[in-house]
Amino acid sequence: MNRMIFGAFAGVGLLLAPTANAATLTVLVDSNTESVNAMQALTEAYSQAHPDVTFDLETRPGGSEGDNIIKTRLAIGEMADIFNYNAGSLFLNLKPIQTLADLSDLPSQSTIKPVFKPGVTSVDGKVRGVPFGAARGGGIFYNKKIYADIGLQVPVTWQQFMENNKKIKEAGFVPVVQTYGTSWTSQVLFLGDFFNIQAKQPDFAKLYTENKAKYATDPVAFRSFEKLEEIAKADYLNKDYGAATIDDGLRMIADAKGAHYPMLSHGIRALLKDDPKAAESIGYFAVPGDDDEHNGLTAWLPPALYVPAASPNLEAAKQFVDWAASVNGCETMIKAIGASGPYMIDGCALPTNLPSPVADMIPYFQTEGRTAPALEFLSPVKGPALEQITVEIGSGIKTAKQGAALYDADVGKQAKQLGLPNW
Amino acid sequence: MRKPKSAYPYWFVLPGAVIFTVLFLAPTVASFWFAFTRWDLYSAQFIGLDNFVQFFKEPFLVQGLWNTLIYAFLTSGTKSIFGLLLAVLLTSGIWAQGFLRTVVFFPVLVSTIGIGITFAALMHPTKGLINVGLDQIGIAGPGWLTSASLALYSIAFVDLWKGVGLATLIYIAGLSAISPDYYEAARIDGATRLQQFWRVTVPLVRPATVTVLTLSLIGGLRSFDLIWAMTKGGPGFSSDVLASVVYKQYQSGFYGLSTAGNVILFVLIAIIIVPMTYLFSRREVHQ
Amino acid sequence: MTRRQLMTGLLATAIASIIFLLPFIFIFVTATKSSQEASLLNFSLPGGWHLWDNFIKVLQARNYMLLLAYLNSTIITVCAVAIMVLCGAMIGYLLQRRSSRWNKIIYAMVMVGLIVPPAVVPTIWVLQGIGLFKTIHGMILIQVAYGLPFSVLMYRNFVAAIPQDLDEAAIIDGAKPLQVFFKVILPLLKPATVTLIVVKSIAVFNDFTHPLYYLPGRENVTVQLTLYNFQSQFETQYNLLFMNILLVTIPPLIVFIFFNRQIVAGMTAGAVKG
Repeated sequence: MNRMIFGAFAGVGLLLAPTANAATLTVLVDSNTESVNAMQALTEAYSQAHPDVTFDLETRPGGSEGDNIIKTRLAIGEMADIFNYNAGSLFLNLKPIQTLADLSDLPSQSTIKPVFKPGVTSVDGKVRGVPFGAARGGGIFYNKKIYADIGLQVPVTWQQFMENNKKIKEAGFVPVVQTYGTSWTSQVLFLGDFFNIQAKQPDFAKLYTENKAKYATDPVAFRSFEKLEEIAKADYLNKDYGAATIDDGLRMIADAKGAHYPMLSHGIRALLKDDPKAAESIGYFAVPGDDDEHNGLTAWLPPALYVPAASPNLEAAKQFVDWAASVNGCETMIKAIGASGPYMIDGCALPTNLPSPVADMIPYFQTEGRTAPALEFLSPVKGPALEQITVEIGSGIKTAKQGAALYDADVGKQAKQLGLPNW
Repeated sequence: MRKPKSAYPYWFVLPGAVIFTVLFLAPTVASFWFAFTRWDLYSAQFIGLDNFVQFFKEPFLVQGLWNTLIYAFLTSGTKSIFGLLLAVLLTSGIWAQGFLRTVVFFPVLVSTIGIGITFAALMHPTKGLINVGLDQIGIAGPGWLTSASLALYSIAFVDLWKGVGLATLIYIAGLSAISPDYYEAARIDGATRLQQFWRVTVPLVRPATVTVLTLSLIGGLRSFDLIWAMTKGGPGFSSDVLASVVYKQYQSGFYGLSTAGNVILFVLIAIIIVPMTYLFSRREVHQ
Repeated sequence: MTRRQLMTGLLATAIASIIFLLPFIFIFVTATKSSQEASLLNFSLPGGWHLWDNFIKVLQARNYMLLLAYLNSTIITVCAVAIMVLCGAMIGYLLQRRSSRWNKIIYAMVMVGLIVPPAVVPTIWVLQGIGLFKTIHGMILIQVAYGLPFSVLMYRNFVAAIPQDLDEAAIIDGAKPLQVFFKVILPLLKPATVTLIVVKSIAVFNDFTHPLYYLPGRENVTVQLTLYNFQSQFETQYNLLFMNILLVTIPPLIVFIFFNRQIVAGMTAGAVKG
């Protein structure tokens, strides 16, 4: 095939594909607006450069229903040629060695940031996914206006954070917003505290996977549950925390009704959709640890694109995901959906006019040692009942001690079902 | 004359039986085998009764069992009572009777997802219509879905709201099958309206009651969609029922364990329903 | 109509409006709001009416996915309910007319069908084995399999109300079993059929889970799946979601209004024997 023609055809000509395979590729993508828009931009640009490759885009529900669909369709051999799904422990639950194609040899692997790869590497050492979208932080949104009015500093220790909360409450604002109406959001503070565990106990993830460290008995790890309890006990939450949804939470921060909202950083996109200026009054900081020696952000790897090993269009699909993970693909995505965090591709520059909370987050990523991947990207072990347990602790139904013990039991069940050694 | 045998040939059963057996019975009953394995959809490893042991160790399983029973009996009981009362009202020749019958049936038509979101909004503790309304008359409404002790009952109420239309319809049919002669006779004997209701309506509408109770009890014991759409079994585990526990195991990829849960659920329903239908059919004979 | 009936009617209408209509007013009003306003989930009149805007947006979403979904769901519903009616009536007829030891087994299977939740993955293996996975035909037959127990149960009760003299008279006239069934029995079962059509077409049309697993593929989308266009982990566009809910409720509503009068007549005959 004459690539010269294609190169002249569109501005996206720097495609690494040596040959273009004529094919119609099926794509399964989750129904988040951002995922659909990014995938649409990628496939359109790719088809323009390779007119003989067309795409058939199918959407699926996210959340628990999405997990079921992905696992079921892989198991019965009916997966689309390309699909997106989480990296980390959820990826490992897909039986990647049996089900997913080996993408280790793609040319784009050389420009994918090394931090991403462990999240999509199966136990046999083969890389089986490429990044799709931007990395996220698990930290705390705060309202800058409330901070300025009361004269507060961004906290670097948990103690400072709680002192700020006290002043915020005295000034008549809601110190911490929680939104258990969208129950998965209850886990963010707990999971986002992992940087602080890792800082004090660098081998925690390994010991945890080997059944040698437990949340209930490890005092450093137990703090993550305790922090949730402290906030609930101090009566710092919004009155409707049990029913509020993620939309409510973001709006409370934007409207200066609440001062803090622990949330994954790309949650901000939902707010920007209605009001692009809403982010200007919002900042972002990491979940503070108990001392100021270590201060850093727990990072979430972006989801990945995978190709099932059984795909009838294996080569064409691999060429597409290879391009999607190139600098060119990355820029196409930024053009379509902007940047809610750093992309995992070397040489893919972020736009300069980032929303304020995203701009606050970038420095953590730029300094060595100020980010740690969340535990789910370091260990296959993650208890399925975590969000119910964090709701209970955060609502004062259970103490942190009870919750931690319950979570350890939940984790034990999962490890046994996965057939992990030592459990 | 031909033998009656040939008038009702067995092959009439065949088309339905083939579809049912191939697409439901065979795969579903065969799947029970996986209840005794650790199953990841690719390979199954026999582990005996471990899954059942594990399932009974689930935190809150006991509470989930109670919740299942409370929910099922509460919803089927209230659907029968309100269904009957509404049916009596809507066949008494009141004004706007036809309109009211349609309105009562309306919720049956709407998808569970829509109803879940709608009632979550209406039951919001501070800005939901219900509590705002209560506030107007000076009552501080509770957190209908956020209080651990109340959530299950709130969902049961929504279930009643959604399902009472079908119960009413079945009762209306049952009522219109009762011959007016019975009421005539009762009136001649000097029975009051209330006495007519207890002595004539309730006993004679029994077939409809059996239908409503059986269907809504099975539905209630298996109930899952509405609970999942409204609280996902929360807050915490407080509104979990057996079916939602089973679903959570499936979602986590514990396929053998969730199959074991399904077997337990099946046994539970059978224990309740089979004696009940037996009882009903025997009493019918005596009447 | 007595004065008492009028007053009761007025009172009942007022109460029913609050209990049954308010939630629908909420759905409708939210469907006419702007995205920002709708996300508050308030019970209030919209600041500006966006009914038409939202309608067009929902219709056009994902390349007119809703229209394709209407088509697929309608085909599945019509075919599945038709087969359910035929097979169910035949089994119910036989079950009522002819008593043998098979009756108990068939009745037990009906109960199993009502009680046991289907196993998804083994069912998919079967569908793949007979080449019906990912096909509309396969989906139709699945719905028949899942709906048949209810259908059999209903027809058995209704057939009991038809005097056996009728079929015997036809048999003496020389009618074959199939002729008896189609010319004598089935027309008399019309009330049951109408009821079944309403109840089951609503159930099949509103089914979400089964098409999700048994009928994957972009071109195979069904109506309940379209709700996910506007609802995801991080954001929900409530105005469009509620508009979509309204739009997918319209077909069952039409079916209901069309059959409403006959449904009560249908129930009457069947409930006698419960």
